[in-house]
Amino acid sequence: MIDVLVIGGGNAALCAALMAREAGASVLLLEAAPREWRGGNSAHTRNLRCMHDAPQDVLVDAYPEEEYWQDLLKVTGGITNEHLARLTIRASSTCRDWMRLHGVRFQPPLSGALHVARTNAFFMGGGKALVNAYYRSAENLGVQIRYNAPVDRLEIQEGHFVAAHVGGERIEAKACVLAAGGFESNREWLREAWGQNADGEWPADNFLIRGTRFNQGVLIKHMEEQGADMIGDPSQSHCVAIDARAPLYDGGICTRIDCVSLGVVVNKNAQRFYDEGEDFWPKRYAIWGRLVAQQPSQIGYSIIDSKAIGRFMPPVFPGVQADSLPELAHKLGLDADTFMRTLNDYNAACRVGTFDHTALDDCHTEGVAPAKTHWARPIDTAPFYGYALRPGITFTYLGLKVNDQAAVHFGGVPSDNLFVAGEMMAGNVLGKGYTAGVGMSIGTAFGRIAGTQAAQAAMKSGANSMWGKEKTRAAA
Amino acid sequence: MQQLENLTREARALANGEVVPGTAEAEVARQLQICNACRYCEGFCAVFPAMTRRLEFGQADIHYLANLCHNCGACLHACQYAPPHEFAVNVPQAMAKVRLSTYTDFAWPPSLGRLYQRNGLTVALATVGALAFFMMLTLWLKDTLWRVPASADFYAIFPHNLLVGLFAPVFLFSVLALALGVRRFWREVTPGRDYEAPALGAIQGAAAAEAATDALRLKYLDGGHGEGCNNEDDAWTLWRRRFHHATFYGFLLCFAATSVATLYHYLLGWAAPYDLPSLPKLLGAAGGVSLLVGTAGLFRLNLRRHPQHGDAAQKPMDRGFMALLFFTSLTGLGLWGARGTAVMPALLALHLGVVMALFLTLPYGKFAHGIFRSAALFKWSLEKRLPSKLQLGDD
Repeated sequence: MIDVLVIGGGNAALCAALMAREAGASVLLLEAAPREWRGGNSAHTRNLRCMHDAPQDVLVDAYPEEEYWQDLLKVTGGITNEHLARLTIRASSTCRDWMRLHGVRFQPPLSGALHVARTNAFFMGGGKALVNAYYRSAENLGVQIRYNAPVDRLEIQEGHFVAAHVGGERIEAKACVLAAGGFESNREWLREAWGQNADGEWPADNFLIRGTRFNQGVLIKHMEEQGADMIGDPSQSHCVAIDARAPLYDGGICTRIDCVSLGVVVNKNAQRFYDEGEDFWPKRYAIWGRLVAQQPSQIGYSIIDSKAIGRFMPPVFPGVQADSLPELAHKLGLDADTFMRTLNDYNAACRVGTFDHTALDDCHTEGVAPAKTHWARPIDTAPFYGYALRPGITFTYLGLKVNDQAAVHFGGVPSDNLFVAGEMMAGNVLGKGYTAGVGMSIGTAFGRIAGTQAAQAAMKSGANSMWGKEKTRAAA
Repeated sequence: MQQLENLTREARALANGEVVPGTAEAEVARQLQICNACRYCEGFCAVFPAMTRRLEFGQADIHYLANLCHNCGACLHACQYAPPHEFAVNVPQAMAKVRLSTYTDFAWPPSLGRLYQRNGLTVALATVGALAFFMMLTLWLKDTLWRVPASADFYAIFPHNLLVGLFAPVFLFSVLALALGVRRFWREVTPGRDYEAPALGAIQGAAAAEAATDALRLKYLDGGHGEGCNNEDDAWTLWRRRFHHATFYGFLLCFAATSVATLYHYLLGWAAPYDLPSLPKLLGAAGGVSLLVGTAGLFRLNLRRHPQHGDAAQKPMDRGFMALLFFTSLTGLGLWGARGTAVMPALLALHLGVVMALFLTLPYGKFAHGIFRSAALFKWSLEKRLPSKLQLGDD
């Protein structure tokens, strides 16, 4: 019998597998995806939020524990667990040497991401390079890896893990780590969680999934049915406004639209609905997913003129271009009269001071609702561009409740050999909101804890698998 | 009618430096649009930082970036949009295809650019032709390929002036053709079109020094972390860099050996053959061995290369060039051992044939990559010292 079974194939799963293997356990990792799609959402990540008290290789200045904690407190609005959050934060200050040992390399912040130069360490080549490095290291250490191996249910007896089922196959192990991601790719579940709006629409039908198609939440649902203690609100997810032409899955980072604050955004009725200049885009992009989700047909249109070109990160698809605003409305399928009324009202309301897109400048509107409080300049210089926006789901928050040993809980009692890491428990630390790189901090910290704990549980359960003894407390 | 319109549109696009749809350049433009919105690969090499200085990719940008790409493979393995993703991003492959069209389009004289298209055939024909020529020449001059000249002297078979008369014009033509080709390339991608000349003047020296260092060290085969690039899979290897160094520096040593020998001949009146421990012999022996090891290593790596790396259609060009270098060295070293034996005249004809084929195909084969790559590195070293014209702010 295998010592430690790891279910999942992303960052948290790999951290768990590597730690368990390093602790001397035999490890089998089951990745639901085929090899070419391995790594889940980790393959789309790019950095790790790191506490540090002094400059460290690619990290400048300092990012002390307290500041990190305050940032987390702010973005979650207090929906967090201070003990687990501080554990994550401290782990982030020491884990990078271990990551390097397994082949992960870091690089200075990417262009266009200098605002996180102090707080975030970027993976050289991004998350897929990290995932590749971990798989390679795991293979070298003798971790068994199986692709195309989605687990559909577990055998659990009184909170004790016995076996996992993959299709018709039953796999026993002395301990198990669950790290199989959230449920954001499960369209049915999203539909159910978001429900129907006042117009009778099912908003989630118009959502795009920024990451993997393999996060179906099978085990989250299964664990809930098995009576595991849950955490988080199923209708909550990290949801950003992305290009409506993005693929249904795996659009990743490049489908973002960064020109919202430089123009206006209208809905399908050609009306504005929110202050586009409320704050810097990196601080606001995460609310725009929900804003667009609340509009009819869950679509928005970011409208800019040529003055904005060269001042925002280039989008992946070219914008719809027109030489006049009515022509743009026509090309976007918007009612031209309403569109012109909206644009004329906005243009007339602009009070242009000194435009500076790198500061909260004094260009604002007066006498128009909603107001635009910064970077308000009339949209008047052809050619004009329009980008259709849709809500893009990055990840969900619903997960399993854990303690500082990453143990799955049943009725408040921690399991002795079932652990959970990554998106499946991130909601313990991150009940809502998001700040760059914190998902990888949680996945790395709890993946490593879960791997260590699982290895210990397997050793404790009696025999080492090497001697072929199969003494588990609960008979299968 | 439709066809005519297409042709007109293509002609117009070409005249404006725009990319013609459906070409290798258009594919690079499509992929870079995706890369520019992602940027995860910025740490690997110069291509991606150079890309971020642009919002659109015209013909000149693409030719420049394609030649800046070292085909190291790092960005393919790290790419979240690589096949089977529907975006199908494979930058090294798209760039390799454009490089072939760069070599073809900028070749001098332009009509010979076609020789790149089926380069394996080009190299094979040049080799067979040159070999046959020297065999026949030997027979014509000496009546036999097997008689040992009493003096064991190469010049007893081919007089020195005959060899100079054959090789010098071919070599000089190759140098000229490469120089004119890269000049056309430079004029297309030159930053002089984008920036003020005085700004360029101040940075040229430092830029040239950096570009030379980057080329001579093969900086961009180090993966950005110093641990190497990719070959058969996502593992890093320094062997591509090492074998390329062995090849390049081996070639340089052999070239130095020939140059020193030429000086000995004309300035000092010392005629070949030179024996150990003479300088030409030392340089030639070291260079020859290095060239053998380097090309054999590169050939092995090329055979094992990941199928998605680069452009499969260009493998004959890569391997043809490696083979020519390998056999140049092998026959050269063989001659050393065979001096005074019956096979010497035949081996000499063989060696001269291979060297002639190498010289003939220099401007129309893989050798050109070094010239165009160096020009692109120089442009990057210039460009990075000038302020970007974009103000993208923070993302």
